Amino acid sequence: MAQTTKDLLVDPLVDNNPITLQVLGICSALAVTSSLQVALVMALAVTSVTALSSFFISLLRNAIPSSIRIIVQMVIIASLVILVDQVLKAYAFGISKTLSVFVGLIITNCIVMGRAEAFAMKNPPVASFIDGVGNGLGYGLILLLVGTIRELFGAGSLFGVTILQTVNDGGWYVPNGLLLLPPSAFFVIGLLIWAFRSWKPAQVEKREYKIQTAEAH
Amino acid sequence: MGARAFFDRIEPLFEKGGKYERYYPVYEAVESFAFTPKTVTKAAPHARSFVDMKRIMTYVVLATIPCILVGLWNTGLQANMAIDAGLEPSGWRAAIAGIFGYNPSNPLANFVHGLMYFLPIYIVTLAVGGFWEVLFATIRRHEVNEGFLVTSMLYTLIMPASAPLWQVALGISFGVVIGKEVFGGTGKNFLNPALVGRAFLYFAYPAQMSGDSVWTPVDGFSGATALAVSASEGYQALVGHGITWWDAFFGSIQGCIGETSTFAALLGMAFLLATRIANWRLIVGCLGGMIAFSLLLNLIGSDSNPMFAMPWYWHLVLGGYAFGLTFMVTEPVSASHTNLGRYIYGALIGFMVVMIRVINPAFPEGMMLAILFGNIFAPLIDHFVVRANIARRAKRHV
Repeated sequence: MAQTTKDLLVDPLVDNNPITLQVLGICSALAVTSSLQVALVMALAVTSVTALSSFFISLLRNAIPSSIRIIVQMVIIASLVILVDQVLKAYAFGISKTLSVFVGLIITNCIVMGRAEAFAMKNPPVASFIDGVGNGLGYGLILLLVGTIRELFGAGSLFGVTILQTVNDGGWYVPNGLLLLPPSAFFVIGLLIWAFRSWKPAQVEKREYKIQTAEAH
Repeated sequence: MGARAFFDRIEPLFEKGGKYERYYPVYEAVESFAFTPKTVTKAAPHARSFVDMKRIMTYVVLATIPCILVGLWNTGLQANMAIDAGLEPSGWRAAIAGIFGYNPSNPLANFVHGLMYFLPIYIVTLAVGGFWEVLFATIRRHEVNEGFLVTSMLYTLIMPASAPLWQVALGISFGVVIGKEVFGGTGKNFLNPALVGRAFLYFAYPAQMSGDSVWTPVDGFSGATALAVSASEGYQALVGHGITWWDAFFGSIQGCIGETSTFAALLGMAFLLATRIANWRLIVGCLGGMIAFSLLLNLIGSDSNPMFAMPWYWHLVLGGYAFGLTFMVTEPVSASHTNLGRYIYGALIGFMVVMIRVINPAFPEGMMLAILFGNIFAPLIDHFVVRANIARRAKRHV
């Protein structure tokens, strides 16, 4: 792997984004993006778990028997997630309650596991750490984009600060209630993927089939 | 110079190498709207029929005419009755309608007042939806076709008369782009675009799309839809609110612009069935599912939920059931394509309508969600029908 540190860090932001290109980690992206603050905390939590788990798994990579590697990876990831959960409970209890089960569910986040399997098992610790940070940031970038759109147009605020005064508060903006519901993140992420792939056509997947037109032959 | 000659003269400008090559889809749309499309199938199999897409779409628009007329009259009637009862007319629409007076027993006054609400919504729908259609057609190089005329008309008819126009614009944008164009345009939309737009608005702006004050466009008016009354007090209470079954059948009740009249919808249905645009199996399935499940619920009964007791003939005339049955269940693209599948698809929608109306307390009306639900299942139903057929025929040739 002849990737430079910069590649490891920057590639997952757009060119190899875990959400928009690999379509991983969608579940939490739907659940925690209704407000920007929660999305930011979640992004930080996932970034630290991905980075640290990649680092430790990479340290142990030559000692892990291949047949039980998934179990070992899970143990490391789970320990880190519990650590993150405890830190959040201690220092940001309110947000920890909003995130509820989704902190624990970082264990099942495909991005964490995917980086451990695909990168950390084959690369040295520091590179793995940076790769983990990069992928966490790629995930975080999408979370923040989605969170910005959903909170701004769904509630008229950003980080809880009113930007668009809503009608209920005597302003002019009629908030879009759909954006506060989790399904809206599907649309927003879908449109983001559309925008990313129009910008970088290399990301467009090959068609699995071709519809025959009437004018053929 | 005739129109044909004019089209022939400007056509080279839009063809390959012409000055306006990029805008060919726009030219094609206007030309095929005015004349019979001249494209013919070049590859086998050749089936000869006069029923092309243009004719199908035009027939559906024609079939909505009774609903439009009754809808215009009823919207005006409801508004004029509210004004007659002492509310103040307001806004430019009421000012124009005032020329004919606000007398609810004068059909012309009702008609004009209704038109004042129908027209702005329809014009906005056409302009905004048309913009997206042309934009996608130009960039993706496919054709603009008459399908949008159907979508825009159905969408307008399922709007509350008081819908803010910017929300109308947002809804049709969502419906056309997300409901249709991202999947490749007319014929590839697995959801009904008009309903997608309506559902978007329903969840995004519930205050303007549901409740008691949106159906009659007069400030300060509040009147629940017949379904909402039935949900809270039971259908027997409707008579106390001045609504008989025949009122509901002919459509002089609260509701979206074009959905109130079962009678008008049935006229449209007769036309669509006679011209073979609508497939009768879908209608039979949907009626069967609705009747069977509501009879079952009648039998089960409930002490706390009065909707359990609602008989099928009330389900038929209230809310958007008849309108959805006529124009949306039968939409050929998003429905099942196999004959057996059509019965199942219809029955699924009929079952879901009653299910949502009766058992889900959050939504008094269920037709929109039931049809979208059915749309999603249509390909799966077809898949299993085709599989079953293959398995059955394979058994014959061991």
